[in-house]
Amino acid sequence: MSRLTDTNVAIANEIIARYPRPKSALIPLLHLSQEQNGYVTDAAMKHIAELVGVTPAEVLGTASFYEMFKFEPVGKYVINICGTMSCALMGSEELLHHAEHRLGIKAGGTTADGLFTIEHAECQAACTEAPCLQVNYRYRFRMTPQQLDALIDDLAAGKLAEEIPPHGTLARVRQHIPADRSVGAVPPEAPGQEPAWMNGKAAL
Amino acid sequence: MDERKGRAVTGTYAHAAGFIAGDRPKIVTSRFEYADSHTLERYLATDGYKGLRAALARPAADVHEEVKNATVLGRGGAGFPAGTKWGLMPQGNFPRYLVVNGDESEPGTYKDRLLMERDPHQLIEGCLIACYAAGLTRCFLYIRGEMATAQERVAAALNEAYAAGYVGRNILGSNFSVDIVLHWGAGAYVVGEETALIESLEGNRGMPRLKPPYFPAAIGLYGQPTIVNNVETLANLPWLARNGAEAYTAIGTKTSPGTRMVAVSGHVKRPGVYEIVNGTTTFRDLLYGDEFCQGIRNGNKLKAFVPGGGSAPWFLPDQLDLPFEASQVGPAGSMLGSGAIMVMDETTDIPHAALTLTRFYAHESCGKCTPCREGGTWLERILTRIVEGNGTDADLEQLIEVGTSICPGDFPHASSERLGLGAVPFPYKMTTICFVGPSAYAPVNSALTLFPEEFAARVTTRNRIPVTAVGGE
Repeated sequence: MSRLTDTNVAIANEIIARYPRPKSALIPLLHLSQEQNGYVTDAAMKHIAELVGVTPAEVLGTASFYEMFKFEPVGKYVINICGTMSCALMGSEELLHHAEHRLGIKAGGTTADGLFTIEHAECQAACTEAPCLQVNYRYRFRMTPQQLDALIDDLAAGKLAEEIPPHGTLARVRQHIPADRSVGAVPPEAPGQEPAWMNGKAAL
Repeated sequence: MDERKGRAVTGTYAHAAGFIAGDRPKIVTSRFEYADSHTLERYLATDGYKGLRAALARPAADVHEEVKNATVLGRGGAGFPAGTKWGLMPQGNFPRYLVVNGDESEPGTYKDRLLMERDPHQLIEGCLIACYAAGLTRCFLYIRGEMATAQERVAAALNEAYAAGYVGRNILGSNFSVDIVLHWGAGAYVVGEETALIESLEGNRGMPRLKPPYFPAAIGLYGQPTIVNNVETLANLPWLARNGAEAYTAIGTKTSPGTRMVAVSGHVKRPGVYEIVNGTTTFRDLLYGDEFCQGIRNGNKLKAFVPGGGSAPWFLPDQLDLPFEASQVGPAGSMLGSGAIMVMDETTDIPHAALTLTRFYAHESCGKCTPCREGGTWLERILTRIVEGNGTDADLEQLIEVGTSICPGDFPHASSERLGLGAVPFPYKMTTICFVGPSAYAPVNSALTLFPEEFAARVTTRNRIPVTAVGGE
């Protein structure tokens, strides 16, 4: 079941309708498929190609550029440990080595039980809280090896399921534009007129 | 009673950790201390959407003029004034778009993430004012893929704002109509470059476009006139629309008015994100001031600092008294960039520290321009060899040769009294379309130029030294 489900097709069509050209929806739809399956499958990319009106190769071409899309199964929890300057200055290399020892895998690897993947990540925009990491893109700040051990224990015991969804789920709130409020997307080729409010008068 | 008193921004709101308030003027962070700062209810209770109302009560051209007069400098890195940028669009070509650059990923930088998480309505209001003033007919708000909480907060805020009539058709009952579409990325630093952002938004690989045209204002999204503005830039507009250009320019200096958010990280006692007065605050104020970082950890000596995000050439203690003013920082050999300072104390292993930045840029090269694609990787490999103790004298020369193929001529660097060295002013020349390639070389050049003895020692000692021990102070 790696094509998009009917529910997700409905969400996908709502997203596509917001863009003047459907191809713009590619990245959001790839995220949606990853949310459904945990990673981006070939069947999902084919399905997205149909929905957007491009070839499957074009979908792969775009998807393969972006780091967050995984093309084979990864752990339920992907732990990204930042290694850029501010975190490195505050000891992130030791943190990554500790994680590798603790889980018995190298950065980029996944544990045999399919629970954890660890990655050496680049700057995650929490530099004053170094060293930082993200679990499925949820932050943990000023981490020590002891705190990392506790985090791994909690994740394995399912204690953080509410805060940290399985890999693939990004934002749990979706934008919804009500039909009666929407201006709507028009193709850029349509001859455009100067907007009504640019008439030199106040709008209110 | 002031609900803000004693409200700690920790615990459940730990995603806002890092921001440190003070008694300074606050233009964009005034709501950060409220635990519910991201809700419409709190926003409306604290002057929310009053700037939009004030703007709509005037002709669009007047509002554009006001933004021009306020000299709202772009906060994304280049510092180009927003009002001037809006004026670069060709007349009569519609539709035209606003693309909000929330793809914040410059090493050391995070202010846009806080602005999106803590005050999403302020950003939405800023987008609306920009669309009204510049006649933009659709807005795409592009948030970095890794920022899940920011995506949730902005989505929730947009849903609230649509329901309440602030966004969409006939806003506040006027003839002003614009949709704001939330878009999110999937992990690629280079997409922060505005033409790469547009490519990504079109559903393509995020590679910067060939220039000219130099500004997407002429040819941007779907080939139409497009304004790309940074999150912090737009977040300034509601305050400006409420208080006017005169009040805005009364803060800071004539050429750098207002405030800006600066993240200071690394070896300081109190790392944090601060909203500072633009133009007058100096690096010494920030690193040593009581209301800011309170000095270097453990009373150590300052060795060097990166003044404007990972791409910026490094500064030494010699440059501490420079203010946050582009016209002074440029001639001194660096740039203010995206408002991020990374501080290295005397214990720092300089070549290794440079490697952590060069590795970043080598990793993030999109591969379009050969000097960056090949050169970045070469720089990373050679530097790794040196840091691991396997480097030779020839490697040091090779670093400069590769760097010069990305940036021909003298590369900007700071002056050093210790070395009897004069400054080479910013900017650099480049053989690449965008700044990713030069940014891979900037840390290498700074480290080599300002700390040559650490490289000389390294190519002979053959011992690997970690950047520093685990832990804070």
